[in-house]
Amino acid sequence: MEKISLQFDRIKEKMNFIKPNKKRDFLLLATLILALPYIINSQYLLRIVIMIGVYSILALSLGLVTGYAGQVSLGHAAFYAIGAYFSAVLSVNFGISFFITAPIAAIAAAICGLLLGLPTLRLSGTYLAITTLGFCEVVRMVLLNWEKVTNGPLGINRIPRPSLLGFDLTLANNGMYYLMVFFLVFTTVVMLAIVRSKIGRAMMAIREDELAATMMGIKTTTYKVIAFVVSAFFSGLAGAFYAHMIRFIDPNTFTFDTSIMILSIVILGGMGTIKGMFLGAAILVSFPEVLRFLQEYRFVVYGMVLVLMMRFRPQGILGGQKKTAYKLPKGVIVDINSNNSSIEVREAMNTVEEVI
Amino acid sequence: MILQQLINGLALGMVYALIAVGYSLVFGILRLVNFSHGSVYAFGAHIAMVFVGMQFGIIPALILSIIFTGVLGIAIDKIALAPLRAKKSKAIAALITTIGVSYIIQNLLMIVFGSQTKFFPKLFDYGNVHIGGVSISTTQLFIFGVSLALLLLLTFIIRKTKIGLAMRAVEQNPKAANLMGIDVDFVITFTFFLGGASAAIAGTLISGYYQVVYPTMGFLAGLKAFSAAVLGGIGILHGSIVGGLIVGVSESYAAAFLGGGYRDAVAFVILIIVLLVKPTGLFGKKGVVKV
Amino acid sequence: MTFLEVKDVSKHFGGLVAVDKVSLEINEGEIVSIIGPNGAGKTTLFNMLTGVYALTEGEIIFEGKPIHNLVPQEIVKAGLARTFQNIRLFADMRVIENVLVGMHTNTEYNFFDLLFRTKRFRNQEIEKHQVAIAILDSIGLKEKMHNYATNLPYGDQRRLEIARAISTNAKILLLDEPAAGMNPQESEDLLCFIKSLRDKGYTIILIEHDMNVVMNISDRIYVIDHGKKIAEGLPVDIASNKRVIEAYLGRSEQSCSQ
Repeated sequence: MEKISLQFDRIKEKMNFIKPNKKRDFLLLATLILALPYIINSQYLLRIVIMIGVYSILALSLGLVTGYAGQVSLGHAAFYAIGAYFSAVLSVNFGISFFITAPIAAIAAAICGLLLGLPTLRLSGTYLAITTLGFCEVVRMVLLNWEKVTNGPLGINRIPRPSLLGFDLTLANNGMYYLMVFFLVFTTVVMLAIVRSKIGRAMMAIREDELAATMMGIKTTTYKVIAFVVSAFFSGLAGAFYAHMIRFIDPNTFTFDTSIMILSIVILGGMGTIKGMFLGAAILVSFPEVLRFLQEYRFVVYGMVLVLMMRFRPQGILGGQKKTAYKLPKGVIVDINSNNSSIEVREAMNTVEEVI
Repeated sequence: MILQQLINGLALGMVYALIAVGYSLVFGILRLVNFSHGSVYAFGAHIAMVFVGMQFGIIPALILSIIFTGVLGIAIDKIALAPLRAKKSKAIAALITTIGVSYIIQNLLMIVFGSQTKFFPKLFDYGNVHIGGVSISTTQLFIFGVSLALLLLLTFIIRKTKIGLAMRAVEQNPKAANLMGIDVDFVITFTFFLGGASAAIAGTLISGYYQVVYPTMGFLAGLKAFSAAVLGGIGILHGSIVGGLIVGVSESYAAAFLGGGYRDAVAFVILIIVLLVKPTGLFGKKGVVKV
Repeated sequence: MTFLEVKDVSKHFGGLVAVDKVSLEINEGEIVSIIGPNGAGKTTLFNMLTGVYALTEGEIIFEGKPIHNLVPQEIVKAGLARTFQNIRLFADMRVIENVLVGMHTNTEYNFFDLLFRTKRFRNQEIEKHQVAIAILDSIGLKEKMHNYATNLPYGDQRRLEIARAISTNAKILLLDEPAAGMNPQESEDLLCFIKSLRDKGYTIILIEHDMNVVMNISDRIYVIDHGKKIAEGLPVDIASNKRVIEAYLGRSEQSCSQ
């Protein structure tokens, strides 16, 4: 086990060579992503790739709550379901375009996240885990019993395809793939923006030591709620996308199993990382397809991932301390004495003098 | 009708209390909500079912289930949780581990026994007793009686025995208890055994009441019992009992007046209300933050 | 007007009286030490000052305004920041990030700014990083700003905690045993640093056990025993105060006579 953990370290170092900030690598990666459907040229594989994308979005959202803010949520299947149902019901019953229903669905999920987060997030982490678990169950009950709207256990079918300027996006014309890429890039960009800012730092501080964070003036409940709401928003978005891709949803699509799978992805990839979410999703979504003989045990495997990772490598494959230097924002001067710099910096220096 | 539902609710609530005590015991000592407790309860019910099926008779089956499930409780601690304590892992690691363990047990039960609902014979069934328009089945009386006796026994163990004293000491301060010569590891092991044993009994009683057993049965039962434990003040034994009874009775009224579809949501609603109004629960004291 | 005035504050935990009607007066630009035996209630007093514990009775006035009903976040904003007896850094964050977290409340941009990386966001980030580097430089941790806090040696961790407290823009620093666990050379350096902070205008309240440190550095000293204030005054007065020697310094004499 320790050896495997060391292997992960090696993988991690190799992954660090991929630096999207380098222009050439970035272009290479972008080309690869855009050309992927033509490279693999198989609907079956493409469908798996799209599901990896969907679970990456889900893992990125849960990653903000669990990986960055350190709160465990078991209810992400519920937000996924709310997004899916909201978008499906609106577009089936009122014929509204996916590109309008999807944002509405995401906002609906975010509002549910707010209502659930407010009472629970001011308490210690355990309460969130269990109330989100309960929330998941309540959502499922509503989906099963509110037949007028949700069609109960039969589910909703013939959900319209997303259509852009009269052009239907399908799996066959790769439209769904590119739509997924768009959503995934959108999610990633927003997550990166949050994580690399004072809000991200506040969330990590809460994860590391909530009391000390309070003593730094951080309104801990507020930031936990922000993480949770943003997270619910993107889970809802993923749900809307899923509903319009598969075109059929029922309450059994969104169970506790889904929540556990998302959590396993976050833990395997590495809490507090962005790259890890893609890697985790790629591994855990594709493994039941690759290792067919393990199909029956796939849920046991998700459980094992949680237990074994916590025991032997709690930081996940790509998580933990980096060997690279901290990335300072452009324009920061480390060597203060040897500068003959612009007015802006001198202004900044004046404020520095005032503080010290 | 109202009285009848009260009786049904009390019998049910006693069992929830029995499960809730398992959460409280472990929480008291490790400050950890043991997510796997619901699955342990389902495991207990399945073991009892196997031995009942092998014609052992209900009492020996129950005893065997207590032993097996108690050992499972110990195993969970020794294999999954104790190494984390030794490594001084963060609290979130233990929480995620118990979630994982719960999921493993539930899915192994599914693989071994199949996911379908299985029959469990009705326990202690000698018809119904009628008192002024209210009918109480002997099964309900049996459940109520056994649960009450066990809860009293647990209270006795914790209040009056030497190991109970050790448990309370560890609960107050594990380090100091260790310095006083208390074997903290043994106390933790014993606590997990008690938790497992009470879950096994609860699982058997509930299976005998509803006459069904299925692998995911621990999911909702665990959630309800947890709500009960929080309602009474988690970590407080008598709180769990009162909480269990309130959850049981509310559920039984909800089933009668709101319809069966939403009966399982009641515990959740109670949980949210408690967290909003008094997160420490009915009998909980405000903890002091140590800085 | 006194800078920080603590009036008859008490803290009861159930039947236990941890702090009993203690009053302090702190002037701007002073180094004031609070000393006393273990369990005397010094850290409890800090917890009350910083809003971790609610007062059982009494009041705390800072710059003429009562602060005892404020939540910790508001007290930090008002200008009181602290360090902890057992170091509580953000262990898996970088040294510079720890300081940046301290500057959280005065980093001025909103959600919109950070999403769209506006000019305000970029300028604020540059400025705050610059300030953070300057603070780390002043405390001798600049070279280690890329390190993770948990990997720092003990003495550096203590200093990083002080840097983090400074970064909140505090006027008063409450240091809870900053020299604990340091070797003589390290604590000597720390003394100089704390003095230099005072010279820059900070007010410092110090809990410390090392009498050498306390006597050398303090402008005034308060002595607390069993939750009560038993003496106050200049270091020379305290060193010769009978009650203090009995309660605190005298313990070693007792053990000698046995």
